[in-house]
Amino acid sequence: MFRNSYDNDSITYSPTGRLFQVEYALEAIKQGSASVGLVSKTHAVVVALKRSAEELGSYQKKIIRIDDHLGIALAGLAPDARVLSNFMRQQAMSSRMIYNRPIPISRVVSAIGDKAQRNTQTYGRRPYGVGLLVAGFDETGPHLFEFQPSGTVLEYFGAAIGARSQSARTYLERNFDQFPEASLEDLVLHGLRALRDTLAQDKELLAQNTSIGIVGLDTKFTLYDNDDVRGWLEKLGDVGSTRGRRPPEEPEPEATEDAPVTDAPPPEETDTVEPIETDA
Amino acid sequence: MDHMPENWGRPRSDIYGAYNSAIHNAGPTTHTQQPSITGTSVIAIKYNKGVMLAADNLASYGSLARFTDQERLIKVGKETVVGISGDVSDMQYIELLLERLIIEDNYEQDGHNLRAPHIYEYLSRVMYNRRSKVDPLWNAILVAGKKDDGSPFLGYVDLLGVTYSSPTIATGFGAYLAVPLLRKIVSDDGDEKKITEEQARAAIDECMKVLFYRDARSLDKYSVATVTTDGEVKIEQNVRCKDMSWRFAEHIHGYGTQKM
Repeated sequence: MFRNSYDNDSITYSPTGRLFQVEYALEAIKQGSASVGLVSKTHAVVVALKRSAEELGSYQKKIIRIDDHLGIALAGLAPDARVLSNFMRQQAMSSRMIYNRPIPISRVVSAIGDKAQRNTQTYGRRPYGVGLLVAGFDETGPHLFEFQPSGTVLEYFGAAIGARSQSARTYLERNFDQFPEASLEDLVLHGLRALRDTLAQDKELLAQNTSIGIVGLDTKFTLYDNDDVRGWLEKLGDVGSTRGRRPPEEPEPEATEDAPVTDAPPPEETDTVEPIETDA
Repeated sequence: MDHMPENWGRPRSDIYGAYNSAIHNAGPTTHTQQPSITGTSVIAIKYNKGVMLAADNLASYGSLARFTDQERLIKVGKETVVGISGDVSDMQYIELLLERLIIEDNYEQDGHNLRAPHIYEYLSRVMYNRRSKVDPLWNAILVAGKKDDGSPFLGYVDLLGVTYSSPTIATGFGAYLAVPLLRKIVSDDGDEKKITEEQARAAIDECMKVLFYRDARSLDKYSVATVTTDGEVKIEQNVRCKDMSWRFAEHIHGYGTQKM
């Protein structure tokens, strides 16, 4: 029987040079619902899609404030994110206490990067099962970082993680040239449109399932949840996914008897993983 | 014959086991209870484009003028100067801490550098932490540089962890002799905007002269540092007190070997 003998711990290489446990951790991120982040010249914004385990249950928190100038959005195992966010809060507080300085974003991000990397090189430990988007504003301006359980941290103009995040990335790639000069309102709407594209077929963005975090020049990190996002969703207008819809200018082709019947199947979604509902 | 005198008169090791030398060295652990080699006042004043501070080059051993070439103004990072009075060995330890701090901050190479307010906070934490261990660093420190908004920064912290800011500050004897003179030109917050670098320098030189006249642990050789709001740091060394008059000294009687 096939058995992978190189995934029993997170530090042993396979003969092909892979660390399977680390790759599984990266898969865990994709089980969680999507989070999207983007930056302009003045602001950094994160938006996230919340899920509830069942209809009568509450929604899992997706955006966590770390400090006045810093917050995170998560995808994957929420408890692991809580551990990381507590650590980041401690780092942020000691920077304020010892140096009277808000912690530089790049430094707190490399601190959690180092923490995650240690787990991939120490026997008996497991990688974090969560990806983070870290949005913050410091002396060097607004920043957006992506954190991965492998210890990788990279800075982005726009990034998306979690289930069906490829759709959001596609949106970001098509529109990122407008981000630097965008107003705060436009930036948030770009974020919401990207997030909207990650929705499952019959879902839409609602006040209950959408979170927005904003930080920037003269703007402390602010979290919009529930009733506070209603205004943003009204500005957005269409709250359902536009993925796979035809552009409005193309008229529906008339179905006629003589039309040639094609056997080709409809274009398939590349990202069809159905998320396990309990993961954030 | 055992030729080591410290072994004489002790129980023989071959019979009673090795002598426990901890008994010989027994005693309470002790902390600094007084400074030994000391530097006197550090004085500082804000002016319209920065901060100026001065400290003389004397390191005294009690009343003995032991070292006459001690620099007590330290450049920390790119745009901060720290002036330290009090125990010189503790000052050298603080220099070490600050050097480490800057080196480690530079490792990151991320465009974030520690400036005066950050170094001031760090020093105040170190000083209060040590006083809380009842093992203080026996110093009074001035930190000069610029704030985040680009305006001049000047702060004081001492061996008790006491902190305050003011447009004119002096440590030690300077607090009594120099501050009243400095406050003649800068008395309230904001007054420093009306003072030029030349005026500030004249006031500093005058203060150092008065301190040399009146402070018996001072020297007529000193350093003057200026930190501008452009982030430029200049330390002028081996400045001498000028235009002094010691003629009054002839009339002083009762201290020396003079016959009354």
